[in-house]
Amino acid sequence: MHGLVNRSLQCFLRDTYGGATWAAVAQEARLGFDSFESMLTYDAALTEAVIVAASKVLNRARDSVLEDLGTYLVSHPNVAALRRLLRFGGVSYEDFLMSLEDLPERGRLALPDLDLPMLELSQNGASAYSLRVTTPIVGAGHVMVGLLRAMADDYGALVLLDHAGTETHAPQDASEVVSIHLLDQSFAEGRRFALSEVNGG
Amino acid sequence: MKMRQPLGADLIVLQAAALGQLMPMHLHVDAQGIIQAVGPTLAKLLPDARGIGLRFEDLFALRRPSTAATVAALAERQGRQVHLVFRHEADLTLRGVAVPLAGMGFLLNLSYGIWVTEAVRRHRLTVADFAATDLTVEMLYLVEAKSAVMDELRNLNLRLHGAKEVAEEQALTDTLTGLRNRRALDARLEELLDAGHPFGLMHLDLDFFKQVNDNLGHAAGDYVLCEVARILLEETRPYDMVARVGGDEFVLLFPGPSDVQRLGQIARRIIDHLSKPMNFEGNVCKISASIGMTVSGFYDRPLAEQMLADADDALYASKRGGRSQAQLFAPAGAKLG
Repeated sequence: MHGLVNRSLQCFLRDTYGGATWAAVAQEARLGFDSFESMLTYDAALTEAVIVAASKVLNRARDSVLEDLGTYLVSHPNVAALRRLLRFGGVSYEDFLMSLEDLPERGRLALPDLDLPMLELSQNGASAYSLRVTTPIVGAGHVMVGLLRAMADDYGALVLLDHAGTETHAPQDASEVVSIHLLDQSFAEGRRFALSEVNGG
Repeated sequence: MKMRQPLGADLIVLQAAALGQLMPMHLHVDAQGIIQAVGPTLAKLLPDARGIGLRFEDLFALRRPSTAATVAALAERQGRQVHLVFRHEADLTLRGVAVPLAGMGFLLNLSYGIWVTEAVRRHRLTVADFAATDLTVEMLYLVEAKSAVMDELRNLNLRLHGAKEVAEEQALTDTLTGLRNRRALDARLEELLDAGHPFGLMHLDLDFFKQVNDNLGHAAGDYVLCEVARILLEETRPYDMVARVGGDEFVLLFPGPSDVQRLGQIARRIIDHLSKPMNFEGNVCKISASIGMTVSGFYDRPLAEQMLADADDALYASKRGGRSQAQLFAPAGAKLG
């Protein structure tokens, strides 16, 4: 598992709940060290250990913690770079949704070892979509709910989002489904975004 | 080259707006070199946003090679990449291709190539300014992602470098006293001998240290060792080396010309200083030291093992001689302290 994923979890816990909480999670997960390096690779089991430990230390359901992680990844100032890279996906929220299937490939452009979940968007009606999220990490669908909701705020779109369960195609092969209702693309102003970073946004 | 084709075959009629959608940075220059049409993005980039009716060679200059932007020059470059610049913004090179329009001059399609990041920044261009097929957005994404990754790697490098230095330092340090350890001593000896630098060597053993441990406990013993370390460092120069090589054993290196008299004086001073009573939690600890010394000048080809063994012999002589003294290794075994 690429360190970036683990490092994001760490920063989410530290920035939201404080350094002491992160230390407690690291201890509970029996990491043996106190900080992940975003540019190194780690055993996949560590990611799971951290998620389980976080849920225990925070005394909150796993799904809820993961959803907050998704929100954090887009809205916290410390991860501004990630929010910008996501905004490259489209000018409007709908364009952004259409670009989600490219996300794993975009990730690999930046970091060849980065294994982001496979994403498939299908349309169910005029403004209704389903996003299938496939990855070994259980609960990745909830991360996407948080992320998509925060991106809707970023774009100024009004969206209804829900985790719609898990489809099992075969043993070891399951997808989580996120249902998306795009009510209004230009509901609010949204946050500024300029192609050139120097101009801000 | 066969240019003429019957009219009606391979002919496409396009609205200007449609052409603008396909190629936002296109330009139509007529046979007289006057600009007849400009794509929407290129229009934004022209000085005062004016271009139609103006002469192509007044607004642009050709590069690679640098010539005036005449129709003849374009004709000469057709079929190949054209490089040009805006006369008013000559630091950003544009790249393009010019195709002949049957008897009506040329159609050019332009792009910024590698300069696109700067052009986007300077002119505040957006996704809408590029054709849907254009890879500019991917390019900008890649540049930004690359920067972010490079920053992370740079930070990681610094951290690793720092950690490496700390680890190396720890590998050369005795944890209790902070003195150099055996590994550091061996490395320094190697260094001095390879470079052929003269130096003096002392092997120092504490006297009556076992009694401190036995009577007052290990905490007292550790305290005494730390005091010994402090004293040895005080009595030596910054570029001498003081290493702890055993429980109560130390080796000292004195780089510099072999002055045995001076070495003997230092040894005496060390012993006197170490012999002063120490106080640990109200208890008096009294130790002393025995020293064996040698200098590289004694040997034609000094070797680490030999020098350490000889200093050891001299140390043994000090112990046998009653302790609390220094002896110099020499064929004659003359007693100095």
